[in-house]
Amino acid sequence: MIPELGYGATVAAFVLALWGAVAAAMSARTGRAALLRSGERAAVGAWVLITACIALMLYAFLTFDFSVQYVAVNTNRGTPFYYRITALWGALEGSIVLWSWMLSIYTLIVVVQYRRRQPELYPWVLSVMLGILAFFLLVMTIPAPPFERLTPIPADGRGLNPLLQDSGMITHPVALYLGFTGFTVPFAFAMAALVVGRTGEEWITITRRWTIIAWYFLSLGLLIGGWWSCHVLGWGGYWAWDPVENAAFMPWLTGTAFLHSVMIQERRSMLKLWNLALIILTFGLTIFGTFLTRSGIIGSVHSFTQGSIGVFFLGFLALVLLGSFSLLASRIERLRAEGVLDSVVTRESMFLLNNLFLVAATFTVFFGTVFPLLSEAVRGVKISVGAPFFNLVNIPVFLALLFLMGVGPLIAWRRASGANLKRNFLKPVVAGLVAAGTLRALGVANGLVLTAMALVVFVAGTIALDLFRAVRARRRSGDDWGAATWGLLLRQNRRYGGFIVHLGILVISLGVAGSQAWSVQKEVTLDRGQSMELAGYQVRFDGLSGSEESNHAKVTGTFTVTNGRAGGDVLHPAKKFYPQEQTPIAAVDYRLGFFEDIYLVLGDFASDGSHATVKLQVNRMVSWLWLGGLVLTLGAALAILPDARRPA
Amino acid sequence: MTRGLAGAAAAVALVAVVGWATAAPPPAAAPPAPAATKVDEQIAHDVASQLRCVVCQSLSVADSPSETASQMRAIIRDRLAAGDSPEQVRAYFVEKYGDWILLSPPKSGFTLLVWVLPFVGLGIGLVLVAVVVRRWSRAPRAATPSQLDPAVRERIRRELSEMDKS
Amino acid sequence: MSTSRLRWVIPAAVVPVLVLLAYGFRTDPREIPSPLLGRPAAAFSLTTFAGTPVSLEGLRGKVVMLNFWASWCVPACYEEAPALERTWRAYKDKGVMVVGVDIQDKEEAARQFLARFGHSFPNAPDPTGRVSVDYGVYGVPETFFIDRTGRVRFKQVGALTDEIARSHLDVLLKEPS
Repeated sequence: MIPELGYGATVAAFVLALWGAVAAAMSARTGRAALLRSGERAAVGAWVLITACIALMLYAFLTFDFSVQYVAVNTNRGTPFYYRITALWGALEGSIVLWSWMLSIYTLIVVVQYRRRQPELYPWVLSVMLGILAFFLLVMTIPAPPFERLTPIPADGRGLNPLLQDSGMITHPVALYLGFTGFTVPFAFAMAALVVGRTGEEWITITRRWTIIAWYFLSLGLLIGGWWSCHVLGWGGYWAWDPVENAAFMPWLTGTAFLHSVMIQERRSMLKLWNLALIILTFGLTIFGTFLTRSGIIGSVHSFTQGSIGVFFLGFLALVLLGSFSLLASRIERLRAEGVLDSVVTRESMFLLNNLFLVAATFTVFFGTVFPLLSEAVRGVKISVGAPFFNLVNIPVFLALLFLMGVGPLIAWRRASGANLKRNFLKPVVAGLVAAGTLRALGVANGLVLTAMALVVFVAGTIALDLFRAVRARRRSGDDWGAATWGLLLRQNRRYGGFIVHLGILVISLGVAGSQAWSVQKEVTLDRGQSMELAGYQVRFDGLSGSEESNHAKVTGTFTVTNGRAGGDVLHPAKKFYPQEQTPIAAVDYRLGFFEDIYLVLGDFASDGSHATVKLQVNRMVSWLWLGGLVLTLGAALAILPDARRPA
Repeated sequence: MTRGLAGAAAAVALVAVVGWATAAPPPAAAPPAPAATKVDEQIAHDVASQLRCVVCQSLSVADSPSETASQMRAIIRDRLAAGDSPEQVRAYFVEKYGDWILLSPPKSGFTLLVWVLPFVGLGIGLVLVAVVVRRWSRAPRAATPSQLDPAVRERIRRELSEMDKS
Repeated sequence: MSTSRLRWVIPAAVVPVLVLLAYGFRTDPREIPSPLLGRPAAAFSLTTFAGTPVSLEGLRGKVVMLNFWASWCVPACYEEAPALERTWRAYKDKGVMVVGVDIQDKEEAARQFLARFGHSFPNAPDPTGRVSVDYGVYGVPETFFIDRTGRVRFKQVGALTDEIARSHLDVLLKEPS
């Protein structure tokens, strides 16, 4: 029953979304309001039907309804309750359902927010969003239907991929998809603005908050992915430049560029063409990302599957890119810059450099990701492009971006003077150099870390100086420090929200630099009772024990870790044997610290427990990535607050 | 002024080059191996980090938790202990698996393209930015009052930055 | 600058990328061509589960079918196991040697696998993985066909079938030593 109901709902939702897209577009061309109302009702209907699909699927999961193939493949009778719910987005078909659902919700929000406020743009925005939703529903109907019936009905299911049975994997796709789908709204507005001819700042001002929110969720999704990679995959690292990681990183890079360059257009009416191209590129990259994950054309630890779904996504990608860039090209006369600069060193030029570096990084990551394909196409030889390449080529760009982060906000718009520069930068530059010098004196020789530290202190110095001066100015009207600071943050929440986000990025940068430079690892086979030593830690192998969990067998090692300072701690890295998996999954045990994390990974072992191979990894500064994420959250939250002076 | 932009660009470039030049593949600051092993753990780790794990596709042999990688690490150590140089060990793996086993494509021939193009692109981009900025600043300037009372100017600046919401 | 024609560069620039991605459908990223084809096969010297030694040197002059497997390799190794035994029985008197190499496995599980399929050709474990790396093995099952002069001639990635084995062996048997 459920497979048929679900399939029916999917098809109906697709038809509604398609009709809604057409109706909304037609209403814009003919001016008939009835068509627009019909489109809106279609949007509501699509949302209702997709929600019904999700309800049906959850019901099937919770009742062990193995007549639904998706349920049978992704759970079994031993799968814990909460994983049976999150299995909804654990595999390909379900992930498309989640994506569609988020899109439909965003569409409804657009309907409610803009139907009265933006009568000219709104029909086209609705049409574009429903069109995109229709595509994803089409994917749910033809190449990746989640409601396939399985006959004969098996007694038990296969089970959820063990790597997904983790809290990180519950939240990572949700955050990531909120980010990806969030960029649909600015894209739709951009298309509407092009069609209608209102290519000024309007579409940017309207979608400003959408962009920040989408950017934030994308950042969060990437960080959670890093967390998951660190703590579940068993290699103790947070980023591998895997093709699918890259595919999520690229829209983040262009999204960041877009976030910044729209400020130029808002203030100076310049870069109109560039901003439109950038949002098209960002949205295109989100589709490219899903294409890469699902088409299987580039091997990756993430790849879901192969099959015809790749063709659908490539077709859609082609339609989106060719269509929107052609629309852009046809309207190019309306995109002339209106402002002028009085000097060359201005905030505008700093923003341009920011965009240049971010787009250059995007190009580098893209080129490196598809290069194996290119090499095979041209020479027939398979090669790999991995972490060493991406690290080497991207590091200078990221350092340059750090530098700009400090310089940009404090150079005046339109023109900068020597006095202005000296006033704003002398102290922070000195602070940065002093910090680097201090580190050097303390024995740090790694050039990357020294440079990163100097830049981080420099940027933090510029932020602190700006904040201090602004609060001091406010204090003249009588507030004390606390009230003045708070008032300033709220009054200029965009600026200071942005600064706090920058601070978050700084913290993350320190984490990246430190972990790259200072993390160490060692792998040793130990007999029972034997110890190994690394970076001041002693690890003693105490024994193995086996156990049966609800859906897997587990061999757990017991290791006592001491480091001379505190008492001993017992860690239990394990190997989990899931019947549906060919090789065992490592379960890492770890202890987190502010400066130092330790990971133990259990490797090979003797069945009688007489000896075991263990890898100890001492990661430095990794916790700073997660801390930076928290700071980022605060900054983004501040930035999207309603403006103090006018209603939201 | 062109000098100003050149100065800014030079500062940025200097930072970037310093960072890059000192950021050779970051060797983890591992302590020297205990006397029991003849092979420097650091060298073995370096070689392993340049090879691709055949099972966990994007990880290096040094990082991968898979058993295949563990066996490969042992093979690397044995070969180094037997007197092979790191290049010879790498060449051995390339001989068995092809160029694909290297995490970084060779810096010669066709694959040189992937190393060079990003920097070429960056260079072209810098030129484009310079062109655009000059075009924007070449437009006829509005008459700017150069003589302004400093106090008035300071007040204007403060009010402008108040209005400047970001 | 005349923008009327030049503007269409923007959408046109997308096309080569799309073409490259479309090309990707024709390739399989998991299939790595072996650089060993045509080259002398690496020597190996192992001890079978039965306790007897087996080495490549000792098989010079015969056509060798070297199969890498593991008991945890489901379902492919289980699918091809009967075909391996059949091929062995059909060709053992024609100057062909079939050797199985078990990688990354536990002894009990491996012996159970062998008992289940009743393999009568020699099977040996490769405890250090040295032989599998010597042959550039990146997954199981993989089967190598080595000619009488000791050169690797064909590599089969994935489950072997009777037809594939037969076709390769017939070609190699026709050649002189």
